[in-house]
Amino acid sequence: MGNKQTIFTDEQFEAYQDCTFFTRKEILQLHGRFHELAPHLVPLDYTNQPDIRLPLALIVSMPELKENPFRNRIVEVFSEDGQGNLSFNDFVDMFSALCETAPRELKTIYAFKIYDFNVDNFLCKEDLEKTLNRLTKGELTPEEVNLVCSKAIEEADLDGDSKLSFSDFENMISKAPDFLSTFHLRI
Amino acid sequence: MDHNVNFDLTPHHMEAGLESPVDEEGVHDSFNQLIEDQRQEAFELQELQRELDEEERDSVAYLSSPGREIWRGGQGRGEEGEEGRQLDPLIEERWSSATLRVLSSMPSRTIGRSRGAIISQYCNKTMKLRRRRQSRPSIKDFSRSARPSIRGYGVETGGVETDGVDGEGRKRDHLVNNLQNLSLSDRVRMLRAMPLSVAEKSELRRLADRKGLRSKHSQIPCCSQLKYNIINALRHSWYSCLSFLHSLQLWQVALKRGERQYTPPRLTQGHVAFSGLELLTGGGYFSDSVMYYGYYSNSTLYKNCSISSSGMDQQPSHSPSKRTMETDCGVKLSYNMPLAYFFTIGGAFFITCIILVYSMSKSFGQSFRIDKSHGILAMKVFTSWDFKVIKKTSVKLRSENICTQLKELLEETNRKHVQKTVCQRIGRVTVHGLAWFICIGSTVACVLALYYFSEYMHKDLQYRSRIPTKDPLLKEASLLALPVVVSLINLLLPGLFNATAWMEEYDSPSVHTYVSISRNLMLKVSVLVVLCFHWLGRIASDPNSIGLQCWESFVGQELYRFLLMDFIFTILDTFFGEFLWRLFFSEGSDLLQHPGGDGQRKIISLLQEQIENEGEDKKFLITRLQAIHQQKPPFSPRRLTSQASQDSNG
Repeated sequence: MGNKQTIFTDEQFEAYQDCTFFTRKEILQLHGRFHELAPHLVPLDYTNQPDIRLPLALIVSMPELKENPFRNRIVEVFSEDGQGNLSFNDFVDMFSALCETAPRELKTIYAFKIYDFNVDNFLCKEDLEKTLNRLTKGELTPEEVNLVCSKAIEEADLDGDSKLSFSDFENMISKAPDFLSTFHLRI
Repeated sequence: MDHNVNFDLTPHHMEAGLESPVDEEGVHDSFNQLIEDQRQEAFELQELQRELDEEERDSVAYLSSPGREIWRGGQGRGEEGEEGRQLDPLIEERWSSATLRVLSSMPSRTIGRSRGAIISQYCNKTMKLRRRRQSRPSIKDFSRSARPSIRGYGVETGGVETDGVDGEGRKRDHLVNNLQNLSLSDRVRMLRAMPLSVAEKSELRRLADRKGLRSKHSQIPCCSQLKYNIINALRHSWYSCLSFLHSLQLWQVALKRGERQYTPPRLTQGHVAFSGLELLTGGGYFSDSVMYYGYYSNSTLYKNCSISSSGMDQQPSHSPSKRTMETDCGVKLSYNMPLAYFFTIGGAFFITCIILVYSMSKSFGQSFRIDKSHGILAMKVFTSWDFKVIKKTSVKLRSENICTQLKELLEETNRKHVQKTVCQRIGRVTVHGLAWFICIGSTVACVLALYYFSEYMHKDLQYRSRIPTKDPLLKEASLLALPVVVSLINLLLPGLFNATAWMEEYDSPSVHTYVSISRNLMLKVSVLVVLCFHWLGRIASDPNSIGLQCWESFVGQELYRFLLMDFIFTILDTFFGEFLWRLFFSEGSDLLQHPGGDGQRKIISLLQEQIENEGEDKKFLITRLQAIHQQKPPFSPRRLTSQASQDSNG
């Protein structure tokens, strides 16, 4: 029976509830998870909004992300500095955007960012190759990888610049029936 | 109403409508204005229905052709450019879609999806949503030169930001203003769907809330809504229960009437004592029990249609032979019981089999699907990875599966491009031929072996039945021999087929799967044919030779034995074959690996990881402390660490 500590103010809870897809309980759960990643760094009391950021290596050690081939990209996309250092807000944002109830449009935007390895706002052939290598873990031969990437770009590229812009990507994703269920991180 | 409706959408008419002397703003509108408004609303609703309702956007039928998308996007952008010009004096020129595309590829505009672009896009969205929610767009919202055109999608580039930060700030205020005027649920929905960081969203929310009311009453409708939903669900389930019971009633009457017509034979008591072997053989004590008791008889039922009796009082009579009898009215109505049983049970098995196969393939297909629709290679690359999968083995399985699917897709598209030399082709055909020879040969060999073995067992059974048995249990146990042999065949031969498939080379994994399925099916069907011959040809033709009155019971018992043996063998195979194999011999396991070296390696890797993490933590702490020290000189680092330790202890 320790002293009951308020972790967030009511106003903070309301803000989180309005800006993310999480309920109060889930926000507290997320805070617990964030705290246990680095107990000596993350304060239990967030009422004065401390600016603590956890490095990429800690975040990707979470069981939900550990085996994910895109874990580094996911964390980088949601970090403010693009290097993967997440504050609690970014942490919540990450799980909120990838939760079950997030709308398709939001998920598409973030999926595009995640797959864009060189962060040039386009999915070029190198991005696709990297994606494919991470997906198949080196089981495909280089010729097959090359072939798959060129075919994929051929299929999805609508404006003919041999790379996929966001609208090409969005158009392609809109035809995928299981995108919403696969692009979902459970916490 | 036959006045002239003018659909000319020029600003001039709009203004004329607004400036009409009769027009008391907001109170009285002319019919033209009304019709224009309705039309605009319809357009807007159409557009918004498509754009803002995320669920409806998933319908593939709408988003079928990419060409249409381009048109909509391009058109939208063009229109939006125009619209933006009208509503926002910042936009000086009208951008065409091609220009916008060029703009979007400029390096300054493509640094991420800039915040300004997102804000402006959502500004427009909230504007539209606001307008949609109001029953009639208020006239104040239309500037003098507002064009009631189709509002296109928001500009996704930073094309709006001509003034840099200032432009963004203004757009932001605009967005906040719009958010304020939305209803609470719409505001929340908008906020949640924005691809901005949580900090920015909460800032926007705070600004929007500053003036707007935030009542606590939003919670209460939620609770009562839930209550209503629960009540509705309960009521619905209760009604469906009642209707189901009512439907049962109907069948009950017909069933009872049918039962009354047919009186079953008497059940005789069994004289054999219960021994444990009955559970395996299904005979002995069970043979006179309810397990083999039913409405079955190997006679044919007839209906007497004598002229004197009325149509309702027909009593079925039994006839010992299967030949038909002449009746008074010359019409024979017969019901051959064995055939009826055979077709009913056979039909039931068949339908169950179809249902099982279908449901299994569907559930399998959900995790291991190979789509055959167009344009899926790209889709497969981007949407096949399931982010929910966290176990290492599942991850490995999944990536292998994706690999297989991609290879399959590639093979489909590349079939025409690959040219093989004649030599290679002949080599492949030879290997395939050899594999098929082995498979068919082994199947035929097993079938023959089964045939002769069943003949031997049959003779053995005849011998035992003739001589008074000293050991009835042994006789019962000998019946188990055939099921064991068949189960062994069913277990071992597919393994052989697998082994031969390894040496073969297939173009695509699906062909490989179909070939192995067909081989297994061939084996199973031939075994079944031999067994049917054994039962129907040998046992049914002469049941007395093995001391049976009713061969059908014996065949029923045989089926029971076969099922049970199959079940036992499957359990054993699953346990020994799969579980223990995986535990000890698969690459994921480390039970049988060299304990010493591996343990050391593990410890070293753990230490390494720990050191790395600690190093990262230290670096991180040092940088943070430096930053704090630079910001606030009087703040001593010692207080921070003591506070941190206090927090971790508390």
